[in-house]
Amino acid sequence: MVDLSVDLGFLKLKNPVLAASGTFGYGLEFKPFYDLELLGGFVVKGLYLKPREGNRPPRLVETPSGLINSIGLQGIGVEAFCREILPELAGLKTAVIVNVCGEEEDEYARVAEYLGRHRGIAALELNISCPNVREGGRCPAQSPEATHRTVKKVKQVTSLPLITKLSPNVTDITAVALAAEEAGTEAISLINTLLAMAIDLETRRPKLGNVLGGLSGPAIKPIALRMVFQVARAVKVPVIGMGGIFSAEDALEFMMAGAAAVQVGTANFVDPDACLKIIRGLETWAEKHGIKKISEVTGSLQL
Amino acid sequence: MVIDRQARLVEVESWGDYFLFTLDSPEIASQARPGQFLMIRVSETTQPLLRRPISLHNAEGNRLQIFFQVAGEGTRLLSLKKTGQFLDLLGPLGKGFNVRPEFREREIFCVGGGRGIAPLYYLGRELRAAGAQPVIFYGGRSEGDLPLRYRLETAGFEVLVSTDDGSAGFPGFVTSLVEEELKKRRPAFLYACGPDPMMEKLAETCRREKLPAEFSLESIMGCGFGACWGCVKKIRRDGQEKYLKVCQDGPVFSLEEIVWQEREHG
Repeated sequence: MVDLSVDLGFLKLKNPVLAASGTFGYGLEFKPFYDLELLGGFVVKGLYLKPREGNRPPRLVETPSGLINSIGLQGIGVEAFCREILPELAGLKTAVIVNVCGEEEDEYARVAEYLGRHRGIAALELNISCPNVREGGRCPAQSPEATHRTVKKVKQVTSLPLITKLSPNVTDITAVALAAEEAGTEAISLINTLLAMAIDLETRRPKLGNVLGGLSGPAIKPIALRMVFQVARAVKVPVIGMGGIFSAEDALEFMMAGAAAVQVGTANFVDPDACLKIIRGLETWAEKHGIKKISEVTGSLQL
Repeated sequence: MVIDRQARLVEVESWGDYFLFTLDSPEIASQARPGQFLMIRVSETTQPLLRRPISLHNAEGNRLQIFFQVAGEGTRLLSLKKTGQFLDLLGPLGKGFNVRPEFREREIFCVGGGRGIAPLYYLGRELRAAGAQPVIFYGGRSEGDLPLRYRLETAGFEVLVSTDDGSAGFPGFVTSLVEEELKKRRPAFLYACGPDPMMEKLAETCRREKLPAEFSLESIMGCGFGACWGCVKKIRRDGQEKYLKVCQDGPVFSLEEIVWQEREHG
């Protein structure tokens, strides 16, 4: 028997596999496919204070081994989520993490405060890194100062543990990670999508209605892995790695690079039970390699 | 909604770019309804990455049928599958067409353009089972774009065809053929599936004639089951216009719900 559990300090997970925000709906969408309690946890789609319309279509374009999306965080808002969805999730024996969004710094704090008044939430993930909701793909996670301010503001209004999700669209990701850590985040998750675009040759127009979008999928995995490696060496808080994880082997690479846990995103679209396959794959790999505790893999990279 | 990774391909028929697959998939077949679709894995690698949404052409007993046209890399790979191979299907997905009891003994127009004919065979069967009289309109650019004509006719449906170049049936767009028929008879309802310009023109006709209708929309999809919000179209519902998911809230929407002026590109 392999012990798949991991301890993030502020949160114990039954296994290191979380479903990533924006790819897992509000969780309930996946109930027809498997028992959600088999997951280490899942991160529900980003929430603002109010319902949000999202970006004009087309919102998706496939590129080699990748997917560019410009959804624009369409969603029901935090009130409807707490009223309609959360009661259905709250009893689950798995970590329900809520992704928190904001137009500006105050809104992040207000969403976090609102969520903090409800039961059933294991942690918040601070989404300061979506490339689809501000002009030119900008986001707070592109600046260590804005990251610090936002994390600090949210920490002041909630006692829920905070995972800060970073953007890869920066020159030095460790500077942003350190700013988040210094402001008191309990963990760091990375990477969000890479700012990207695609062009239709016949119409000479962008293939996405929003012109720019965020690239995800296997195409970004090597970049994500590099950034997880850099950040894990720079900070003391646990790191949750993501970016193109499609198999247990991918997940293990992120763990060796320093991730205490991983998130699985785009793979959920291709195979609704992708997370489950990865969890089983981790177990098989650990058994084969005589590893008793999967957490031993974290940071085991030999340099 | 289930994942069937062992759907055996039992028969392949093809006409140029058009393919009709018969698949053994008892669980999906038992749940399926006309107008629903499947998400089909076309590659075992990450290229292309996503499943492809393919409309259900028919479901009977343990078997499903899909009819598709090669339109890109995904459908090209799908078209290469051989009898005896297993396909990885997710389905049935979406909300299908609504067949109402008051259609009994009434004529119902079912309009398909090009590959948009795919779901109308199954719909026609359901309409007939409900005691209605489906009239299937089948439009294409030329005769070669009407591969299902014979199949529909031998199934006993009244089939009216049109071609843009006049090589078969009514010369002109299928929308003009519908207009011509509306001068002669009054159906109780109209269903349509096809390219956007055809649907938009039909919507105009239906509004003018006060003919209630349902349209099946197409969209690029990420997941097919409501998790990604990638396939949305602007829909008028509960007094407001909003982006609804084609995969989950559709693909079938009623005429008055669809907001056509939303011009998309790509």
